[in-house]
Amino acid sequence: MKANPAGVLTGAHFFDGDYACAEGAIAAGCRFLAGYPITPSTEVAERITQRFPLVGGMFIQMEDEIASMAAVIGAAWGGLKSMTVTSGPGFSLMMENIGLAAMMEAPCVVVNVQRAGPSTGLPTMVGQADIMQARWGSHGDYAIIALAPNSPQEAFNHAITCFNLSEKYRVPVLFMMDEVIGHMTEKVVIPPADRIEVVPRTLTAKKPGQYRPYDAAGGWVPEMIQAGDGYNIHTTGLTHDERGYPQMTAECQEKLIKRLTGKIRENASDIIMVDESNLDKADVVLVSYGITSRVAQAAVQQARKEGLRIGQVRLITIWPFPEKKIAELAGKIKGFVVPEINAGQISYEVERCAAGKCLTRHVPAYGGAVHDPGVIYDAFKEVLHAGKTQTVR
Amino acid sequence: MPEKPRPCGEEHPRSKLLRMDRIPHIWCPTCGIGTVVNCFLEALLATPLNLKKTVIVSGIGCTGRVAGYVNLDSFHTTHGRAIPFATGLYLSNPDLNVVVFSGDGDLSAIGGNHFIHAARRNQNLKVICVNNFIYGMTGGQMAPTTPVGAKTSTTPFGCFEHPFNLPHLAASSGATYVARWTSLHLRRLKWTIQEALSRRGFAFIEVIAPCSTVYARRNKLGTGFDLMKFYKENSVIRHGADTKDVDISFQGKIIVGKFVDVQKPTFLDQLNEGYSKVFGDKYVPYGSEKWHKMKSEFQVSAAKA
Ligand SMILES: Cc1ncc(C[n+]2csc(CCOP(=O)(O)OP(=O)(O)O)c2C)c(N)n1
Ligand code: SF4
Ligand SMILES: [Mg+2]
Repeated sequence: MKANPAGVLTGAHFFDGDYACAEGAIAAGCRFLAGYPITPSTEVAERITQRFPLVGGMFIQMEDEIASMAAVIGAAWGGLKSMTVTSGPGFSLMMENIGLAAMMEAPCVVVNVQRAGPSTGLPTMVGQADIMQARWGSHGDYAIIALAPNSPQEAFNHAITCFNLSEKYRVPVLFMMDEVIGHMTEKVVIPPADRIEVVPRTLTAKKPGQYRPYDAAGGWVPEMIQAGDGYNIHTTGLTHDERGYPQMTAECQEKLIKRLTGKIRENASDIIMVDESNLDKADVVLVSYGITSRVAQAAVQQARKEGLRIGQVRLITIWPFPEKKIAELAGKIKGFVVPEINAGQISYEVERCAAGKCLTRHVPAYGGAVHDPGVIYDAFKEVLHAGKTQTVR
Repeated sequence: MPEKPRPCGEEHPRSKLLRMDRIPHIWCPTCGIGTVVNCFLEALLATPLNLKKTVIVSGIGCTGRVAGYVNLDSFHTTHGRAIPFATGLYLSNPDLNVVVFSGDGDLSAIGGNHFIHAARRNQNLKVICVNNFIYGMTGGQMAPTTPVGAKTSTTPFGCFEHPFNLPHLAASSGATYVARWTSLHLRRLKWTIQEALSRRGFAFIEVIAPCSTVYARRNKLGTGFDLMKFYKENSVIRHGADTKDVDISFQGKIIVGKFVDVQKPTFLDQLNEGYSKVFGDKYVPYGSEKWHKMKSEFQVSAAKA
């Protein structure tokens, strides 16, 4: 379906990533935002408060992030595309209900404009250290999708992708921006509505009585309803069967968890987006995401000037992780260089997928500033000159 | 010789509103929760409300299980979060009649912040709280409602904390309808729920009900009949009582009745009025027919997808 023109500000704009994200959400059809103010994400909500009243949207400032996430799931069940926006401390508070959204299969989007942590950390300064929390932060086994934009333009484009994926897979999608992307201002082109593809909320065509809320009919994703249409559904955070009824058995648990994790894993090739370049004859491959992928370009250019063959895999989708791509490259190259503004997160995934076939060199930055490109450049050289399979930290 | 019991061949009078395929329920014999559900269903049937548009949201606890047995759209959420979940649900479709069933711990401990803020906003929710003075589901630990002196599994020598007076908390936070009954007051409870369902705004109904298994037994208060007898002898009906005077002490008098019933614009009324003033005709009132049309433009049926 094409985007509803009512919410689309077609034209060229000068937006920061937070505003662009808000516009992307509106274009995608989001009409519900529950949130609690936190730097550096607040501008997303502020933009929404200006725009929602005239497009039929509901913004509610809740009493905390726990309530925000709960309200977002409630609104999803009432038939609205819904989202919340936060940063580290709020993201931590949302974890229990992100698990509920995964368990109830409530489509929704959680934007995390990452700052440096732990705890209150550096509230106004950049971090990329919530990447593992995004994947594993709620208890139990489940799977989510997470994306990381690297420009305000992508904050717009991929806010839409997030909503589309959340509708398609009935899963919370986490939009892992970072403070620099959120606050950097660049040109953002918003295309005409008829050039924006959106996945609408698709309601079952089945009649009440024929419909079972968690019956995926042999596929991965069950059809949805909205409250108030007479289906009398039950949904719960307890382990449940196809009717949505609690079943306290290991068998039901196995069946449910296999589907909840399998629907993401088995559709990974449909979900995953990476931006790759110069992989053909690469000796070293840079794996990066978010603002770090842009900072690293200075290092890549310098290395290329000197004749080093540097390929690139830029992660747009972080979760599910592009395992196949990394495994495939590992057999052909000397090593991966993985700069991130954390003490090591995605680098562990790269190392796991490389499975000893090549080196993995993590380049940390501890938060509060982006990398000095020089340290990334040094890592390229280090990998080129290092022994066969040692992990360099 | 006594005759073998046989099925009476009749349907349960409330079976239409119950998920009979989930019966037997998990509640203990003489637990008060089932009685409250029964009163609620009777009240619901006595109102002209569209059952299709009536939904139940629960948190976690013995009371939280209510959502699982009522045959309406029903949502069993996380501990303490029924109210914010219900807030999102209601705001995604203001045609819905949203009822929250919560235990005293669910509502006033882990969910206490949400409770006072929903009351403050006069969010259009009907909240029924089964107050059994204890955490039933987890085996009888102290709750914020446990009276001083009562024994629980985490206060084996008696509870020494000051408890909440829930009607007072609700009223002082802004609730526009506040009442309390015990699970003995079947007809009055039904009428009150019926009345609350017909009001707009945040309604709070506290029902003092027995947890026979982990509260009454530990405190040696007897079983089913003794507990009802206690309610009968110790309840004092005082409509319009000042809520600050209705706190409950261990085995003391229980003041019941309707304490608050006032009109005040709801969260949505305030919003619609405010935005209409600012934007005039450009603003489509949230929840109006025109708004519903806008909402449906973002949805398709799977048949057409
Ligand atoms: C976050 C979280 N903490 C703790 C629990 C464990 N827990 C389940 S129910 C409950 C208390 C229930 O008490 P109440 O709300 O009074 O309900 P009752 O069982 O008495 O009806 C607790 C502590 C939980 N499910 N989730
Ligand atoms: S433990 Fe108490 S509250 Fe829970 S079902 Fe039994 S009697 Fe009722
Ligand atoms: Mg209780």
